[in-house]
Amino acid sequence: MTDAGIGARLPRKEDDRYMRGRGRYVGDIRPAGLQDVAFLRSPLAHAKILSIRVPEHLRDRVLLAADLAAVREIRADTTLPGFKSSTQPVLAGTRVRHVGELIAMCVAPTRAEAEDIAAEIEVEFEELPAVTDMLKGRTPGAPLLHEAWGDNLFLVSLTDVNSAELKQKAAYSVARELRTARQAMSPLEGRGVVAEWDGRVGQLVIHSSTQQPHIVRSGLAECLGLDEGAIRVIAPDVGGGFGYKGILLPEEVALAFGTRRFGVPLRWLEDRRENLIAGADCREHHYNLTAYADADGRLLGLDCEASVDCGAYSAYPFSACLEGGQIGSILPGLYDFSLYRCRVHSVATNKPPILPYRGVARTGACFALEVTLDALARTIGIEPTELRFRSLVRPEQMPFDNVAKRHFDSGDYPEALRRAVDALDLTAVRARQKQGEPDGRRIGIGFSMYAEQAGHGTSVYSAWGIPMVPGHEQCQARFTPDGGLELRIGAHSHGQGLETTLSQVAHSILGVPHDRIRLIHGDTALTPYSTGTWGSRCMIMSGGAVAEACDALALRLKKIGAALLQADPAAVRLEAGEVVGPGGRMSVAEIARTWYRRPQDLPRDVDPGGLEVTAGYKALRDTGTFSYAAHGAVVAVDPETGETEILDYVIVEDGGVLVNPMIVDGQIIGGTAQGIGTAFYEEMPYDERGQPLASTLSDYLLPGPTEMPDLKILHMETPSPYTRFGQKGIGEGGAIAPPAALTNAVNDALKEWGVELLMSPVTPRRIVEAIAAAQHREAAE
Amino acid sequence: MKAAAFDYVRPASVAEACALLAEDADSKVMAGGQSLGPMLNLRLARPARLIDITRIPELGRVEESADAVTLGAVVTHAAIEDRRVADPTHGFLSRVARGIAYRAVRSRGTIGGSLAHADPAADWVSSLTALGAEVLITRADGTQRRLPVEDFIQGALASALEPGEILDGVRIPRFSAEARFGFEKICRKTGEFAEAMGVAVHDPARGVCRIVAGAAGGRPVVIEASRGAGARLLERFADAAAVHDMLTEAGLAGDAYRMRLHVAAVRRAVEEIRR
Repeated sequence: MTDAGIGARLPRKEDDRYMRGRGRYVGDIRPAGLQDVAFLRSPLAHAKILSIRVPEHLRDRVLLAADLAAVREIRADTTLPGFKSSTQPVLAGTRVRHVGELIAMCVAPTRAEAEDIAAEIEVEFEELPAVTDMLKGRTPGAPLLHEAWGDNLFLVSLTDVNSAELKQKAAYSVARELRTARQAMSPLEGRGVVAEWDGRVGQLVIHSSTQQPHIVRSGLAECLGLDEGAIRVIAPDVGGGFGYKGILLPEEVALAFGTRRFGVPLRWLEDRRENLIAGADCREHHYNLTAYADADGRLLGLDCEASVDCGAYSAYPFSACLEGGQIGSILPGLYDFSLYRCRVHSVATNKPPILPYRGVARTGACFALEVTLDALARTIGIEPTELRFRSLVRPEQMPFDNVAKRHFDSGDYPEALRRAVDALDLTAVRARQKQGEPDGRRIGIGFSMYAEQAGHGTSVYSAWGIPMVPGHEQCQARFTPDGGLELRIGAHSHGQGLETTLSQVAHSILGVPHDRIRLIHGDTALTPYSTGTWGSRCMIMSGGAVAEACDALALRLKKIGAALLQADPAAVRLEAGEVVGPGGRMSVAEIARTWYRRPQDLPRDVDPGGLEVTAGYKALRDTGTFSYAAHGAVVAVDPETGETEILDYVIVEDGGVLVNPMIVDGQIIGGTAQGIGTAFYEEMPYDERGQPLASTLSDYLLPGPTEMPDLKILHMETPSPYTRFGQKGIGEGGAIAPPAALTNAVNDALKEWGVELLMSPVTPRRIVEAIAAAQHREAAE
Repeated sequence: MKAAAFDYVRPASVAEACALLAEDADSKVMAGGQSLGPMLNLRLARPARLIDITRIPELGRVEESADAVTLGAVVTHAAIEDRRVADPTHGFLSRVARGIAYRAVRSRGTIGGSLAHADPAADWVSSLTALGAEVLITRADGTQRRLPVEDFIQGALASALEPGEILDGVRIPRFSAEARFGFEKICRKTGEFAEAMGVAVHDPARGVCRIVAGAAGGRPVVIEASRGAGARLLERFADAAAVHDMLTEAGLAGDAYRMRLHVAAVRRAVEEIRR
């Protein structure tokens, strides 16, 4: 290791172009003859389409479902028993199932003109009753989205571990009904596609703002009936992914088909309104959760009925059940207990498909569990942190298989909480609460904890049987004739800083200076296959693959170097970019030059593979690493207006060996900002007819810089026993814990009034109304 | 979404702007475009022609007299925030300007544009009402009329501007050195639209005491003391229940949550000047 390798706080290489505005995004790509696309979208949540009339003079600039007979609908099934399959039309022809669903694709020289065309198309609908609430959608007699199912349930998942004993053994219990609002993922850059047909190579070239280019290629090939080789997907710079950019969109399929039909390159750039009403929905959960404790005030078990509002279709490739299928195994959190029941209903509703968002099902499950644990502690009459200390998995139990068979790889959970408690000075906060605030506000303190499964692979995903199962991750590493190093990976970096961190991994092994290392990613024609960037997997999987490839290159360098130095290969070592032998040293660049430019100097038995290798990697166990954290917050609540202010916020995080602690901090800060959005701001409400009520950013509130507190970030570093250099995935964690920690803090501030907030976001209105309801109850008693 | 097609003209004088406006009833004046721009893009507004008045020199004027300062309609929020224009309120205008949306909006948005748009949540609508400012209006025939801001604003997105008229400027009275101003805006986050706004102005030397509750979905509600009775009126605002009653009586309505915010905003604005 060197001061620029694994563990270094190296400034991000990619920031040079990002900070100077020199990135290149889909919107910057303008092939000659480019035409813009606007979609006519359904204004209704649920309706039969009776007729579609396109004015005759515009017909050749419009694509309808009838024109797409050769295109297969998007289908993302799972092999989970009982899963019911949906097919998502690329363009809807007979039926629409959510507002914003595509009906017609309109092509014109500019987006504005394409919208003019869309405005000329007349669609006659017969409106159907809509399912807009997952609980109502579950009840018999509800309108059906997919009639053949007989109900609206994609899947019902059940986990039951001796739950019958819960009631007998429990000394305490609390039951709570909790909800998390539907949200819309809000990357700075929306989705975007530029599609063109390259006649020279007979290939469809798709520039897409995606985090999983190889998966988009497979999905397009399936829908269009093309060979995968006839499609090249390029993800240039991508302005934030968060899960939204992992989905194969109907828009991508429509443009890929349309560019051949129209014979010109086509572009569609999602605008914020499309993003909010039709694209990026996520997060909506409901829980009826009962938590039980034994007589010692220790968590005994959980009983839960949960629902996920999945929207109308199963999105490709993660399916409609990525959330619902995981809640049962995530809900137990970091706690050691043995009695458990969790039934999860994945409910189809007349809303856009629910998509995986940073944290995936964890944010909702963490909210439900951790908020209920605080309520349980209050019932027992102990500090919420004390309940956690008594119930957390202990370090000496590691590795630990929990009640839901999750395999925690390593860590010290109580220590993380202890450090968070100290950092916020719980005792001092309690003393301050007793004194009261001069401005009449109430302060409260709250904590929450989670584990983030990351880089989980074949065994986990094959059990789900979704269209995408990750295997080995590969890296192609190659020296250039002048001694530069090229690393090619199939995942994509769009904010994660992989151009820097993977360079650090390579530098640690080969000693090549960073300005001579390039990461090549985001192009199916240039990189090895990969399921892409998701599940906080890249540092584990691509990092491991880069290390394997560099190890293989190191061996070859040493062999050639030893021959050139006339030394025994066993007697040379690679050090700071040089092969060092007993009698001399030779730079890696010189060895590269010899391989490419002066092969006459090479030994006869040189490896003919040369200075280029493809290596694959899988962790020793593919059930994932479990980074974890304790988040703690102190908030002030104004009971008059319901306004909240975050006074203090601490995060104690264990991401194993940190390749670049500065980038890890950045990931935590960014995730936490999104978590604060979930906690206090972001909400996509629907009316009873299924109309989305937040169609602009003045209605859909996102936290901004002034809403971000200064975060105290403390690191623990327990190496994972299963990964190449002890690293764990940490990409999503920041977005998981804040809603629970902040809600617990608000509830702590208001506990004397018996007020509990049980729905995210915790808005001023919800706070004021909860206080009013509590006062009303008190008055009635 | 992108705006539907429109024509764009940039007249050099108010007279020319009025003539253009008279020529085509489907024209719309743009004075910064910070509200109109999004409405155009969402196709909620579809004028045939935009008349951009921001380059008309006389509309950028700042006129000072003994008892007032007149700001031309296209003086930007940022110019007021930065105190690049005369301020007859000893800094209150600058403070209000600083809280309007975001700096990017303030750099282009104008005081006249904001008033003409008449969004109840707009900071100028409430604060200029409290200050007793007047709008200056140029008619199609070039003659002028004046109207107190509180009469100019007739409801949500509704002003007293007649077809063919242009809002020319705002005349803001001068306040004595002892005048006190209170301002409380309640919004979900920095730069967001206000959910409630309280403004309190007390200038005993000029016999002015006005309290305004704004951002309530319609015209601002004004509660005014008769000359000399300011201090007594202010005292009544110390009690939240009394404020609630006064606002209700003055015609302000909303559900329990919104009423609570209006009461808090007004009470806090008054509290600020009673301190």
